[in-house]
Amino acid sequence: MPYLGSEDVVKELKKALCNPHIQADRLRYRNVIQRVIRMPKLDQWGQAEVLNFLLRYEPRSEEELFDILNLLDSFLKSSSPGVVMGATKLFLILAKKFPHVQTDVLVQVKGPLLAACSSESRELCFAALCHVRQILHSLPGHFSSHYKKFFCSYSEPHYIKLQKVEVLCELVNDENVQQVLEELRGYCTDVSADFAQAAIFAIGGIARTYTDQCVQILTELLGLRQEHITTVVVQTFRDLVWLCPQCTEAVCQALPGCEENIQDSEGKQALIWLLGVHGERIPNAPYVLEDFVENVKSETFPAVTMELLTALLRLFLSRPAECQDTLGRLLHYCIEEEKNMAVRDRGLFYYRLLLAGIDEVKQILCSPKSDPSLGLLEDQAERPVNSWASDFNTLVPVYGKARWATISKYQGAERRGPELPDTASFATSGPLIPEENKERVQELPDSGALVLVPNCQLTAEYFEKTWFSLKVAHQQVFPWRGAVHPDTLQMALQVVNIQTIAMSRAGAHPWKAYLSAQDDTGCLFLTELLLESENSEMQISVKQNEPRTETLNSFISVLETVFGTIGDIKS
Amino acid sequence: MISQFFILSSKGDPLIYKDFRGDSGGRDVAELFYRKLTGLPGDESPVVMHHDDRHFIHIRHSGLYLVATTSENISPFSLLELLSRLATLLGDYCGSLGEGTISRNVALVYELLDEVLDYGYVQTTSTEMLRNFIQTEAVVSKPFSLFDLSSVGLFGAETQQSKVAPSSAASRPVLSSRSDQSQKNEVFLDVVERLSVLIASNGSLLKVDVQGEIRLKSFLPSGSEMRIGLTEEFCVGKSELRGYGPGIRVDEVSFHSSVLLEEFESHRILRLQPPQGELTVMRYQLSDDLPSPLPFRLFPSVQWDRGSGRLQVYLKLRCDLPPKSQALNVRLHLPLPRGVISLSQELSGPEQKAELGDGALHWDLPRVQGGSQLSGLFQMDVPGLPGPSGQGPSTTTPPLGLGPASLSFELPRHTCSGLQVRFLRLAFRPCGNANPHKWVRHLSHSDAYVIRI
Repeated sequence: MPYLGSEDVVKELKKALCNPHIQADRLRYRNVIQRVIRMPKLDQWGQAEVLNFLLRYEPRSEEELFDILNLLDSFLKSSSPGVVMGATKLFLILAKKFPHVQTDVLVQVKGPLLAACSSESRELCFAALCHVRQILHSLPGHFSSHYKKFFCSYSEPHYIKLQKVEVLCELVNDENVQQVLEELRGYCTDVSADFAQAAIFAIGGIARTYTDQCVQILTELLGLRQEHITTVVVQTFRDLVWLCPQCTEAVCQALPGCEENIQDSEGKQALIWLLGVHGERIPNAPYVLEDFVENVKSETFPAVTMELLTALLRLFLSRPAECQDTLGRLLHYCIEEEKNMAVRDRGLFYYRLLLAGIDEVKQILCSPKSDPSLGLLEDQAERPVNSWASDFNTLVPVYGKARWATISKYQGAERRGPELPDTASFATSGPLIPEENKERVQELPDSGALVLVPNCQLTAEYFEKTWFSLKVAHQQVFPWRGAVHPDTLQMALQVVNIQTIAMSRAGAHPWKAYLSAQDDTGCLFLTELLLESENSEMQISVKQNEPRTETLNSFISVLETVFGTIGDIKS
Repeated sequence: MISQFFILSSKGDPLIYKDFRGDSGGRDVAELFYRKLTGLPGDESPVVMHHDDRHFIHIRHSGLYLVATTSENISPFSLLELLSRLATLLGDYCGSLGEGTISRNVALVYELLDEVLDYGYVQTTSTEMLRNFIQTEAVVSKPFSLFDLSSVGLFGAETQQSKVAPSSAASRPVLSSRSDQSQKNEVFLDVVERLSVLIASNGSLLKVDVQGEIRLKSFLPSGSEMRIGLTEEFCVGKSELRGYGPGIRVDEVSFHSSVLLEEFESHRILRLQPPQGELTVMRYQLSDDLPSPLPFRLFPSVQWDRGSGRLQVYLKLRCDLPPKSQALNVRLHLPLPRGVISLSQELSGPEQKAELGDGALHWDLPRVQGGSQLSGLFQMDVPGLPGPSGQGPSTTTPPLGLGPASLSFELPRHTCSGLQVRFLRLAFRPCGNANPHKWVRHLSHSDAYVIRI
C-alpha cells in the first residue's frame, strides 16, 4: 500500500475502495471520496496516487462533479510535474461530457507543459513533447503562439530534435508559418543527415497546406546538390504531387538535374515515378530514363528496375517516338537476362500487354495522377479529446500509438485483457475506412434499441421472396453527392453488420443495391437503395418483417450514419 | 509500480541492483537494458524502452544511468520525477553522485532504497522522514584543499563578499548523522540562470529565453526558518507594474510546495523551513524581453575563394556586459565544412587559443571584460567544397557546412533577468552554535547561445 499519510487516511481509502457496503451506498461512498480529496499534508507521491484512485470514481451528478473539480483545482498548480499531469488527466476524464471544461484545463496545463519542454532534464523534456503532440491532435492551434519554444538547440540529443520538428510541423498556422519555415529551412542543411532529412519531410508535411512557399524552399534545396538532401526532396515532391496536383508544374520545372545527385533506392524510385507519370511536362524525361536503362545491368535494387519498367511504359504512351527504342532494350534485358524473378515477371507482363494492343496498355497504366482526397484520409482529422484522454499521463504518448499497439498486442497474448461484449462487432475492415471514421461509425446508438447480429447470411432467393411479400415500412430520401463507390459502401455497411445481397457496379445508371440485416430478436430489415442518374439523392426503402417502429427508426439512423460517413470521405 | 531499480556506470557496469517484486524471471535485467540501449536505432528514443513485458525508464545523471523497470502503464512524469529525486537524495547522502561515491557507499544506498521504496511503491522521499531511519554513515574521500577551486561547481565558489568558500561544500554529504559539533552551519543560496539565444544570420534576434532557478543547499538543522528577500520591483507577468521604471520582469514563476508566500505579494519575501539538503526554492522563466542587452554579439565575415579553396573567416566578438562585469570560460564552437586541411589564425589577445578539432573550430577566451571587442582571423584550406551554384568564383556567401556558431560562457555575479536576492535572514536559534554562514551567489550561464552565419 503506498504511504499516503497517517493510519486513518489509509483506513479511509481502504474503506472507500474495497468495502462493497460502502460502495453500494452512494452517500457514504461519496463522503469517503470527499474526505480522501481533502486529505491534508500529502506529499507529491501521495497526491499522485490519490489522483490515480479517483480515476475510477464516477460522480453522480453535475454538481458533485464540479465540486470535486473545484477541490482538485489546487493540484493543477503544484510544482511537481507528476501531480499536475495526474490532475489534468483526472479533469479530462471526469469532464468528458463538458468539452469546454476540457479545453480550459488544457489551457491551464499549457504553462507547466511548456516549462517541462524547456527543462534541463532531457527525459522530462521528451515526455512533455510527446504529450504536447498528443494535445495538438485535438487542438492544433493550442501552442501556435509558443512556436519559438520548440526551436531545436544545437546540443540537444537527436530524439528530442525529432520530436520538436514534428511539433513544429503540427502547430503551423498563418501567423507563424513564415518563421517556422525559415527555421526548418535552417535545419535542412544541418550536419546530421538524419536530422536534415526529418526537417525536409516536415516541410513536406506543411506543404499540404502552404504549398507554394514550401515548394519554393524545396526547389532551393535541390540547388545545393547534396545527395542526402536531394533524395529526400524528390521523395517529398512525389508525395506532394499526389496530394496537391496544383504544384505539379513547379515540381516539373525543378526536377531536371537532380538525377546526378541521387544514389539510393528510395530516391531513385521517386524520381523515376515522377518522370513516368508527369514526363510529358519534363523535356528531358526520356533521356534521363534512358540513362537509367543504360545502367540497369549494374542496378542493385530490383525495386528500382521495376519502377523503371512501369515509368518507361507510361512515358511511352505519351511520347512514343522517344521511348520506343529504350523500352525495347529494357524489356529485352528484363526478360532475357534479369535474374530477379519479380522483375522478369513484370517485364514479361508488360511485353504481353503490349502485344495485346495499345488500348489495353492505356487502360491498365493510365491511373489517376493525383488523389487529393487521400490527403484528407491520411491527415489525422481533429480527434475529440475523449479519444486519448485515458492515455494522457501514461506511457502511451511516449511510445507513440503505433508502437504501443504492437506492444499491447504482445502483452495481450500473455494476459487476456477484458473482452468488450460487442453489440456491433467489427471485423478488421479494409484500409478504405480510416480509423476515425470507424470510430464514428462505432458510436452508433449502442445502448438500447437496436442490436444487429453479425454474420446473418440470407440467400438471394430468400431475400427476393421476403422482399416481395412485405410492404414498404419506411421510405426516405438521403442527399447524395457524386458517384457511389460500392466497395467503400459495402465495407462500411459490413462494419455495422448490414449485409449486401446485391450491388450495382460503380457508375451504373441507375445505381441500385439491396441490403439485409437482422437484429437479435430475429427481426429482419430489408433495404433497397436507389440512386438515379441525377446523382443528387439516394432513395432508401426499408421493409421490416415485424412491425416495430422503434427498432425501425434505430435502423434508419444507423443507415444515415453510414451514409454520412461515406459522404464525408468523398467530399 | 516499480519492479526493479538499478544504477549502471557509463560503461554499463552494474553498481546497484535492487529487485522489488521478484518478477524478473531469472533474467539479468540490467544486462538486457544496456544491450538494448546501445543497440537502439537512431530515431527511437532511449528514455522509455520496451522489452519482453517490461518498460525501462532511465535518466542520465553525472554519467550514471539510473534505471527503473515496470510492467504497468504508469505516468512517465511521476517516474522521471522519482528518478530525479533519487539522484538528488543519493547526492545529498553520499556527497556527490558519481561512480566513485556510489561504489564507496553501497550499503548506504541500499538502505536508502529500502526506506524510499517498499515493494515498488514510493513511501517517502522527504529527508525529514528518512533521517530517522538511515543509520549508515557516508564514506567520503579525502577533503579538497582550499586551492582546488572549480568555478563550475555550484555551492561555494566565489561570493558577493569575495570571500572564497571552501568548494568542498559541493561534495560534502549534507545528511550525515555525525555529531553536530563537527558540522558547520552553512547555507548556500544560488540564483542560476540559463540563457538560450538564437540570432539569425542578418543579426536579428529570433529567440531569447531565460530559465532561472533559486537553489538552496542547507547544512543547517531542519526546521530553522529562513526568509529570502528578492528585488522589490520584481514583477510577474506582462501586465504587472511595481515601483517606478521598467522594473524586473519574469513571465512565470513557480515555487516549491514548502515555501510560504504570504509576504511575497507585498514585499517579495519568501519564507520557508527547509529540510537539510538541496532544494529548488523557485523557478522562473522569461522570454523575449530581456532588460539588459545580450551579453555577446558576433559579427562574422566570410570570404571564400572557390578557385583556390581558400576560406577566410573573420570573427568579431563584442561583449555588451557592463564594464565592471566579465564573462568566464568563453568558448566559441564553429562547425567547419568537411575537408578542412589547415588553419592559420590571428587572434587579438595573447591568452586566447584557437584550435581545430572534430570538424569544428574552437576558440577559447578565458576571460572577457565587459565592453571589450575581440577578434580573430582564421584562414583555412578547403579544397573541393560544394556550395550554392550560381555564385562567382569568390564569394561572401558562407559555404555549406559552415555551421551556426555556438557560444558557451559563464557570467558570474550577473543575472540576465536582473533578479537579485536582497537578503537571506535566518531566525535566531538560541541553542545554535556559532553564527551560521550564509553564501549567496548569482550566476548566469549559456544553455544554447547560437548565432547563425
